[in-house]
Amino acid sequence: MSARGAGKRPGGGRLVVLIPYLWLIAFFLAPFVIVAKISLSQTAMALPPYTPVLDLAAGWAGLKQFAAQLSLDSYALLASDELYLRSYLKSLEIAGVSTVLLLLIGYPLAYGIARSPRGLQPLLVMLVVLPFWTSFLIRVYAWINILQRDGLLNDVLMRLHVIGAPIAWLSTDTAIYIGVVYSYLPFMVLPLYASLEKIDPSLLEAAADLGCPRWKAFWRVTLPLSWPGVAAGALLCFIPITGEFVIPDLLGGSRTLMIGQTLWTEFFSNRDWPVASAIAVALLALLLVPILFYERLQKRAIGETP
Amino acid sequence: MKRTSAFNVVSVAFGLAFLYLPIAILVIYSFNASRLVTVWGGWSLAWYRELLRDQAILDAAWMSLRIGALSASAATVLGTLAAVALTRARRFRGRLMFSGMVYAPLVMPEVITGLSLLLLFVATGVDRGFWTVTAAHTTLTMCFVTVIVQSRLIGFDRSLEEAAMDLGCPPLKTFLIVTLPLIWPAVAAGWMLAFSLSLDDLVIASFTTGPGATTLPIRIYSQVRLGVKPEINAICTIMIAVVALATIVSSLAAKRGATRRAREGLGVQV
Amino acid sequence: MESGAAPLVRFEAVSKRFGALTAVDALSLDIAKGEFFALLGPSGCGKTTLLRMLAGFETPSEGRILLNGADISTMPPHLRPVNMMFQSYALFPHLNVEKNISFGLRQEKVSRREIAARLEEMLALVRLQGYGRRRIDQLSGGQKQRVALARALIKRPSVLLLDEPLAALDKKLRTETQFELMELQRKLGTSFVIVTHDQDEAMTVADRIAVMDRGQLAQVGAPSDVYEHPASRWVADFIGEVTLIEGRFSAPGIMQTLIGQLRVSDTGVPLGETVWLGLRPEKLTIGRDKPAGDVNAIAGTLHEAGYRGDMSIYKVRLGDRSLMKVAVANTGARQHSFSAGDVVWLSWPSDAGMVLTQ
Repeated sequence: MSARGAGKRPGGGRLVVLIPYLWLIAFFLAPFVIVAKISLSQTAMALPPYTPVLDLAAGWAGLKQFAAQLSLDSYALLASDELYLRSYLKSLEIAGVSTVLLLLIGYPLAYGIARSPRGLQPLLVMLVVLPFWTSFLIRVYAWINILQRDGLLNDVLMRLHVIGAPIAWLSTDTAIYIGVVYSYLPFMVLPLYASLEKIDPSLLEAAADLGCPRWKAFWRVTLPLSWPGVAAGALLCFIPITGEFVIPDLLGGSRTLMIGQTLWTEFFSNRDWPVASAIAVALLALLLVPILFYERLQKRAIGETP
Repeated sequence: MKRTSAFNVVSVAFGLAFLYLPIAILVIYSFNASRLVTVWGGWSLAWYRELLRDQAILDAAWMSLRIGALSASAATVLGTLAAVALTRARRFRGRLMFSGMVYAPLVMPEVITGLSLLLLFVATGVDRGFWTVTAAHTTLTMCFVTVIVQSRLIGFDRSLEEAAMDLGCPPLKTFLIVTLPLIWPAVAAGWMLAFSLSLDDLVIASFTTGPGATTLPIRIYSQVRLGVKPEINAICTIMIAVVALATIVSSLAAKRGATRRAREGLGVQV
Repeated sequence: MESGAAPLVRFEAVSKRFGALTAVDALSLDIAKGEFFALLGPSGCGKTTLLRMLAGFETPSEGRILLNGADISTMPPHLRPVNMMFQSYALFPHLNVEKNISFGLRQEKVSRREIAARLEEMLALVRLQGYGRRRIDQLSGGQKQRVALARALIKRPSVLLLDEPLAALDKKLRTETQFELMELQRKLGTSFVIVTHDQDEAMTVADRIAVMDRGQLAQVGAPSDVYEHPASRWVADFIGEVTLIEGRFSAPGIMQTLIGQLRVSDTGVPLGETVWLGLRPEKLTIGRDKPAGDVNAIAGTLHEAGYRGDMSIYKVRLGDRSLMKVAVANTGARQHSFSAGDVVWLSWPSDAGMVLTQ
């Protein structure tokens, strides 16, 4: 009944929308337009290191000259050089596998929390979230401590006589997977827990009453009902992992280049802003479908149009 | 759904251990007198002393704290406004685009956001430094605030706002003296989240910073690339302690505030 | 309602649509000053929507709402001299009793002394003296309700709106509170508009009732009017119990039905038209022997006998397999002792039924 209440009066109401709206247009939308434009530019030994530069004072003629100098060279480079293609594929691969790993580890954890005593649940959730509130960098760094050649893992394994010589855990895909799963676990657990917690316990009681064994009830009732949480968690992890930079940079090797690293190198090392921009645009295009899907999920979760 | 089984207990315990073990190791080894991780040289505060002499790191920490506090506050205001706009204003032009822009930073890879903001600053000729990083962090974190505040607002009893308006309170005042006091835990949680995200961010800060505005993560990162240094363990332990302390203090304060109000029966001064 | 006096509230052909759903359909209604008015109807009939339009939380899709002659259709709620008592009470949890009640006055520029005086007056009125400093979560349901009432009345509104205010109370408390509300309304002289789905409640408290069905007015009138002279079968069935018998007038005062020829007081209904005779259970007499005299008498078999303490309810199966309900007050012990299967006679005078044409 009260969901359809009268909104705020037009004057004040518009301001509430306008302020964040303008901020986002200025700091979110406009930058993307600029990235797109730069991706169509060419490198130059100048400041800023690209050309052409839009000079509004030059008027209409200036604009036409500007448009004429735009080119798709950067995109051509992306398409032709194998390095970039491999980076994209590598990123998708790592993101995909990580998401599956995260589901395998995160689901039992979320499920366990949802099934623990009511009073304990907020505390457990906070314990899962707390590492997330400490520095991301720290947590990745913590794994360096463990995984490095003379690190803790090798030490323990050698003492237990599992291995004879220290293994190079770092600079491998395995290290990246460990780092990613470790850092993104809260992003998977929280949405999963939220949807598992909402499931009405009497549904499972009804299933048992109708003769369904526990494992089957889980498969037929709990799992399907937790699908929104699974989807949200998976997307919340998959999309950012694709563009990850810090983890592969610190834990991975020079052979495994994810697209985030490629972008960083192009930008900071090669000072090739147009190519870096083109990488960003291509990455965005790649992720557009998952991003839109996630937005739809968000809206459905908060009860807007499906 | 509430019957705990051995499997559940094990999975929760294992999960939490997985999360905390590396951090615990890091904290312990910050007190390790020996440089090497594999050798335990006894308890020592040597690395903390080293840390205090490292002016560069201390400056970076101070820079991060200032940027964090400022951007978190701005993000909280903007994010709360956005949450109110999305839950209260039913239809307005460009609503689709607005909600798209609000939720996108949640998933957008940071390299893309960082790059785009840097290009914006370059294109507009803005000097990069403290203010650009703060603006960038505000943009990144406001969406998290929006998500938290929005989920609180959705469950909020609208009849309280209607009652206030019915009694003569205009809509804006209603929000300030009725809604806000009742949703402030969500707003506070949003601030804390925005603060820690800002404190923590490496990628966006790297793109949008300028000379003299080195943040702590940037400093740590540049040193980590050269190898593990025990002073880093020390600064990390301090950061963990600060965050843990802040979380404990804020949750205690929330609880104590509630009991105090109950005892004195005080009300909000209108 | 005094004839000729301008109504306090007037709904002029008001409609409210939510998308494809029409909640209120071209409804016109007047509410007088100082009247206790009830909006009654089943769930979904639009009564709450109508109330919310009067409060200002919904804007009419069509039509106008006038308060003292002024058009308030689009006036926002915080500017209207109308106050509402919410079904959930909607007390501010972060304020104590005093601050809740005086909330409305503190939105106006009223002096502290005035606020304190009116606060005392209200606390006395709802019998909550000394509770000023209590927190809301320390109050019982009945006490919360009185705080909500005081909060709505302190501004001395022209109209007080009550949205199913007694729904959460148990039966005894509900009856007590109904009488308290009536007393309060008489004392203050404010118009009260109450929304309820409980017809007993509406009949008890209201000076006039508007019975609503699917967004439209089925009937408006005093409780006795609506009960004794319902405008349609639907109203007759919604308010109280009724047995409906279909038939045709073959001659003035004579109605042909499936259970026989009945004598009905002449109402000027044209002969041959299908009409229904409505019989209220309390108007029927039940007995073992065929009654003498100039009354309608039908024989039937007792189907069910129910004892309710104050009344006995009998269901009698008639010749055409239909059931007729009879209610008899238990005035003395051992008056009737029927059992299922007994043959009984039902009787009523020719003026006891209601002739309904729709």
